[in-house]
Amino acid sequence: MTGKEYRTITDVKGPLVFLNKTEPVAFGEIVELRLTDGTLKNGQVLDTSDDQVIVQVFEGTASIDKQTGIKFLGDVFKLPVSTDMIGRILDGAGRPRDGGPAIVADEMADIIGAAINPYSRQSPDTFIQTGISAIDACTSLVRGQKLPIFSASGLPHNDIALQIARQAKLVDSDDDFVVVFCAMGITAEEYNFFVHDLERTGALENACLFVNLADDPAVERLITPRLALTAAEYLAFEKDYHVLVIYTDMTNYCESLRQIGAAREEVPGRRGYPGYMYTDLAMLYERAGLVKGKKGSITQFPILTMPGDDITHPIPDLSGYITEGQIVISRELHQKGIYPPINVLPSLSRLMNAGIGDGKTREDHKSVSDQLYAAYAQGRELRGLVAIVGEDALNERDLQLLKFADIFENKFLRQSRDEDRSISEGTLDYAWELLSNIDTKYLVRLDQKWIDKYHPTDKKE
Amino acid sequence: MSEENGVIYRISGPVVTAVGISPRMYEVVRVGDEGLMGEVIELHGEQSVIQVYEETSGVRPGEPVIRTGQTLSVQLGPGLLTKIYDGIQRPLPELEKTMGVFIKRGVDADGLDLEKNWDFKATAKAGDSVTSGDVIGTVQETKTIEHRVMVPPGTSGVIKNISSGEFNVTQTVCTLEDGNEIQMMQKWPVRTPRPFTKKHAPEVPLQTGQRILDFLFPLAKGGTAGIPGPFGSGKTVTQQQLAKWSDADIVVYIGCGERGNEMTEVLDEFPHLMDPKTGEALMNRTTMIANTSNMPVAAREASVYTGITIAEYFRDMGYDVALMADSTSRWAEAMREISSRLEEMPGEEGYPAYLSSRLAEFYERAGRVETLAGGDGSVSVIGAVSPPGGDISEPVSQGTLRIVKVFWGLDAGLARQRHFPAINWLNSYSLYPPSLDQWYRDNIKSDFPELRTEISALLQVEAELQEIVQLVGSDALPVDQQLTLEVARMIREFFLQQNAFHDVDTYTDLKLQYTMAKAILSFQEESKKALAGGAALEDVVNVPARTDLMRGRFESGYEEKIDKMLETMIKQIAETMEDN
Repeated sequence: MTGKEYRTITDVKGPLVFLNKTEPVAFGEIVELRLTDGTLKNGQVLDTSDDQVIVQVFEGTASIDKQTGIKFLGDVFKLPVSTDMIGRILDGAGRPRDGGPAIVADEMADIIGAAINPYSRQSPDTFIQTGISAIDACTSLVRGQKLPIFSASGLPHNDIALQIARQAKLVDSDDDFVVVFCAMGITAEEYNFFVHDLERTGALENACLFVNLADDPAVERLITPRLALTAAEYLAFEKDYHVLVIYTDMTNYCESLRQIGAAREEVPGRRGYPGYMYTDLAMLYERAGLVKGKKGSITQFPILTMPGDDITHPIPDLSGYITEGQIVISRELHQKGIYPPINVLPSLSRLMNAGIGDGKTREDHKSVSDQLYAAYAQGRELRGLVAIVGEDALNERDLQLLKFADIFENKFLRQSRDEDRSISEGTLDYAWELLSNIDTKYLVRLDQKWIDKYHPTDKKE
Repeated sequence: MSEENGVIYRISGPVVTAVGISPRMYEVVRVGDEGLMGEVIELHGEQSVIQVYEETSGVRPGEPVIRTGQTLSVQLGPGLLTKIYDGIQRPLPELEKTMGVFIKRGVDADGLDLEKNWDFKATAKAGDSVTSGDVIGTVQETKTIEHRVMVPPGTSGVIKNISSGEFNVTQTVCTLEDGNEIQMMQKWPVRTPRPFTKKHAPEVPLQTGQRILDFLFPLAKGGTAGIPGPFGSGKTVTQQQLAKWSDADIVVYIGCGERGNEMTEVLDEFPHLMDPKTGEALMNRTTMIANTSNMPVAAREASVYTGITIAEYFRDMGYDVALMADSTSRWAEAMREISSRLEEMPGEEGYPAYLSSRLAEFYERAGRVETLAGGDGSVSVIGAVSPPGGDISEPVSQGTLRIVKVFWGLDAGLARQRHFPAINWLNSYSLYPPSLDQWYRDNIKSDFPELRTEISALLQVEAELQEIVQLVGSDALPVDQQLTLEVARMIREFFLQQNAFHDVDTYTDLKLQYTMAKAILSFQEESKKALAGGAALEDVVNVPARTDLMRGRFESGYEEKIDKMLETMIKQIAETMEDN
């Protein structure tokens, strides 16, 4: 089937090429385009019939003319995978970007990735300590989880992602994570920041990077995360690694998706994004998890910047429905100079309950976390009230809660970029110490037995 | 129906167009060299448009399409319970056996185990005249559920032969005089509701053990409820709580386009959960359908029909069935995706124009009915809705609210305060209380409905007072209003909040719910008296016995202790008068 070259292009529209009458071409088949000047481009079949084939061109359609030759390669997109990928930097289409040799394939893996049978999954229940109190105490991360960072432009999400990548570990084991990093449309500056940090900490040797920068073709972004996840799946489920996948920025990915949708003249959904965006995102996010009988795991940290800080925008909204929680970065906290500026109130980890408690973190973890939330939420609410009526109108309980909100932000949240707090002493004991600023009788979320055991002043020894 | 072969003309994602065959609408066809399963959804001149239940990449025009003559059907019979299926009733454990942990294509699997022998006990005898829906025998399907083998709809006659013994589901257990043979397995097309004699008014509540649901916004057996809420507000936890604790005989749980890990959690947890009534594993009464968000969309579209057909089948045996669909928005999105591939003219927000009629048809399959055999069975449907951005003005929420009788509105603000279940008591509603109140009077306490009214009135008053507090602070309110706020806080924190992950608090039966509500009102009553007698509000609300009473709900044996705790609290409140 290879070898035949067609010159039957009828239309070129945005990133799409339409051509007539070919041999039977498979849906999803990979295509090679030879321009008149000899340049090669790659594409994929999006729609196929006896009369017409639509090809999406990864490198953009610039300089394609009707004389361009098109060759169908007879197979769907596959990525050569091997453990040699660790320590390498590849481009958005999987080719070496670091000047090194091509990856010698141990296996050719289909990049679409089949769905994991829900019955074959294993429940994630191993706590990952990130050393960041806000995350460890309130939105605990579990191995095999997909927990996105909802951020916005101008906020330090990259620092947080790197800090997590650096510090993430299991409480009672030295298993290290392999980091698969996937950049989609980020600037060269951001990219350098990531690479330098990974180099500085030596983490680069334990990482595999797939990089599509802002000036690389937008359509290529649609395959970059699929390549990264295919590599991650190979490392996790064939080679027993624990893989941490960080991808940034999902917003750029979705923009590319919208671009293709518009070029195909599809009926758009909300804000012009295609109606199938939920399914498409799910095909990425759902490639996280643990599988029965396999040692490795895939934990995902997608980063997305919310356009206009709007959490109801389709991108964060649809992501939130698929991912197992979210870590929300707050501009308000950032402007107060607090790092990491994590707003714990809208943040959530759905798998937290499975990963914490006696034998995993500590028996009082859940109660402490609930109490922190409740007290901080009420304290913040009271700030609004105080702005109107002044502190004099508050009763004793409200005053204490109001004060606690400040303590929580300035002491519990705030930590330095290389401060690695342990869960038990660094985070939970510290939480108790801070909670002791509130009268015990107002701490209704705490079981009496934990108060007796852990409260710094009410402890019954 | 003779087999007829056609060929593929076009492939666009899950939608395949074939030429050379003239199938019926909704007929199942086999697509391509791998024989992928698909369903005909549009006939268009020479072309038949097919939605394919499996991933289509690599399929080429010119590959064969084969008719099966069948519409999309499920296999019904012993062996449905404790199973977990994908959207088209393929058992997931079987798929794992044949293709490993990743779901590959072109594999077929029967919904029921055709080999397994069941101990069939005939309850009808030769010479009996039977008609559609009559029970002719039983099989103990699981420890707690007796499977009633029925005469399939459309069949009737006089029994010639029937025998007890070990049979598999395809063997004939009964022969009629006219030569008709009856097996334990029936097939039923999923898009057609199963027949019944007539619908009854729902008069019995579906008890769920969830205080806010049972007490304030009850659902009737055979009723419909919608749970819309933004992500993170606890839709799935609420659905799972209902699946665990509702007093239905059979539970059908559909995970439609949701997270894989969530389904795994259900799968891991359910076999270990005990039914509070029977002491046996809850899994014994449960069938699950899991079509996660990354599994093919067409199968997601089919999954709710597969689920409700199984639910109706158990209803026909005379059981009360509860069906949870999480989430109907994903189902609607699957319709939207398919519709847009068909290039249909879209309605609101790109959803097809038939969205609301499909939703209505689905919820209408709920109800308490007189079965064909004259028994009484019900299907209650609880659908989660995931509105984009939590804004329920969108088409799926609105389409659902027009049909369902109970609205449990989840609220992101409450969830953020970790008030769970995060059901907003001000905008949620249930239209069932008028028809259920007699049941409460007869079975719980004669003043149950009045108590409910009082509690919801207090919450309403609190909402109004809170508006004033926002302006002037609570200290500026008169003492009696401050007390009202305190009582309302008690309702919220002690009664409405319920910890799904706490061993004891996770379930409260109706009688205890009544006692707890009554205790709150006693607190109000006694405090009023104390305040009138000169006690300080601060002292009254801080009596230690009140904290004990409130914390007590986390301890087992609470129902025996609560009266004593209440007495102590009343005594301590009375004492606050003497201090002054």
